Amino acid sequence: MDGFWSVLGGAFALVFALDPDLMEIIGLSMKVTLTAVFLACLIGLPLGAAVGTFRFPGRSLLAVILNALMGLPPVVVGLVAYLMLSASGPLGPLRLLYTPTAMIIAQMIIVTPIVAALTRQVVEDLDREYAEQFASLGVGAFDRLFSLLWDARYSLLTVALAGFGRAVAEVGAVLIVGGNINHVTRVMTTTIALETSKGNLQLALALGVILLVIAFTVNACVMAIRASAVRAAYA
Amino acid sequence: MRDAAFDMPSAPSARFQPQDGKPILEAMGITFKAGGQQLLDEIDITIRRGARTLIMGPNGAGKSLLLRLMHGLIRPDRGEVLWEGQPLTKQAMKSQAMVFQRPVLLRRSVLANLKFALSVRGLRGHKRAQKIETALASAGLGHLARRPARVLSGGEQQRLAVVRALACEPDLLFLDEPTANLDPASTAAIEKLVMEANEKGITIVLVTHDAGQAKRLGEDVIFLQDGRVAEAGTVSQVLNTPQSEPARAWRDGRLYLGPQIRTLSGNDRSNT
Repeated sequence: MDGFWSVLGGAFALVFALDPDLMEIIGLSMKVTLTAVFLACLIGLPLGAAVGTFRFPGRSLLAVILNALMGLPPVVVGLVAYLMLSASGPLGPLRLLYTPTAMIIAQMIIVTPIVAALTRQVVEDLDREYAEQFASLGVGAFDRLFSLLWDARYSLLTVALAGFGRAVAEVGAVLIVGGNINHVTRVMTTTIALETSKGNLQLALALGVILLVIAFTVNACVMAIRASAVRAAYA
Repeated sequence: MRDAAFDMPSAPSARFQPQDGKPILEAMGITFKAGGQQLLDEIDITIRRGARTLIMGPNGAGKSLLLRLMHGLIRPDRGEVLWEGQPLTKQAMKSQAMVFQRPVLLRRSVLANLKFALSVRGLRGHKRAQKIETALASAGLGHLARRPARVLSGGEQQRLAVVRALACEPDLLFLDEPTANLDPASTAAIEKLVMEANEKGITIVLVTHDAGQAKRLGEDVIFLQDGRVAEAGTVSQVLNTPQSEPARAWRDGRLYLGPQIRTLSGNDRSNT
């Protein structure tokens, strides 16, 4: 037990010392994750809303596929992304392997189906309520999609949060396509894995604590926003 | 100086008179099935332009369904809805508006709800702002403009739904039991809005369970029963010479319990 507490003490010392290496790793983590989640929302929100709203052939199949892709194993995504981006792969000439961009792409592949599938459910439920009124008003397809997304905004915040949670905690895919290169592609999760295997538990735990604090903070913010939205009957 | 003429209350005779010869909407042999059940069977009705038509009937008679079919939200299995003599098109639908029993309000402010409906009709800027102001004033919701629409009281929500529909300047307004969940004061406010709209020439088609409301608002009345028209005519016609049991019950102020009840209490059923 003694070991645990001294490691924890050391970890907090690192955190409060604002160790520059630590800050760099946290910064890159946030940059990669937030960019990936943002891009995933850019694709996933309209895609999910379209599948939830419009009737077209293959719609049910698409919904099933999106749901199934929610459970994509990150390591497999990493492997496929690696094959695509490696020198002999189709995207090899872009020379993206072992760059933060590659990590963003991998996380995007993991998060987009989550955002799209959850959005589909949220928007479909809301559409059931709005459909007749929209038809009566003569709302066009684009307006309908946009209005549903806008009116579901507080529920969709939770959807984005789910995507963020998945991305920020993800280690397999970013390790494969990023390579965990110091000062280049080293993020919190890959560092934790590496430092733990090296026996450098203080740094690993420090990062673990920070990861938890970030997760708590983001969740608390979203919940506070949602609570105010519920009071206004917007959520 | 204000022109005194504008301050004069409009005389009753100034009201747009329903033109008997010119129906605005006709249902021609409308039939609708769902789940193997015949929900509407050969419905033929005529809505007179400028009139207030009340549709009555027990639950499950097909009133709301008929309203949706006439509005073009659903297509009939057989038969046709004619709008000014022509088949109902998407464009013609824009000359109609509908208020639902439970007001469907966007998760936005009162103001934004009106703004949205008017934007759909292509209105922008000053003209839209002016219309919103008029609508808010007529609903008495001016002081609540910035309030989230869905925290309003039931009566306020329905008033908003009615003025939102009217802001789109329809020729015909459908209302599906708009006051079913409202107290008398809120009901009176909705009825006032409906009467004012009608005075401006908007044709009204209103579904109600409320016999009193039918007498207060009705000019034409249609009784539906089991997916068929039990009786239709002007209010005075129906009150003077009712042809059907629901109409007689309405005239006498009795509760009409539907055909099943009568059959069960009668002697035409063997003991099974």
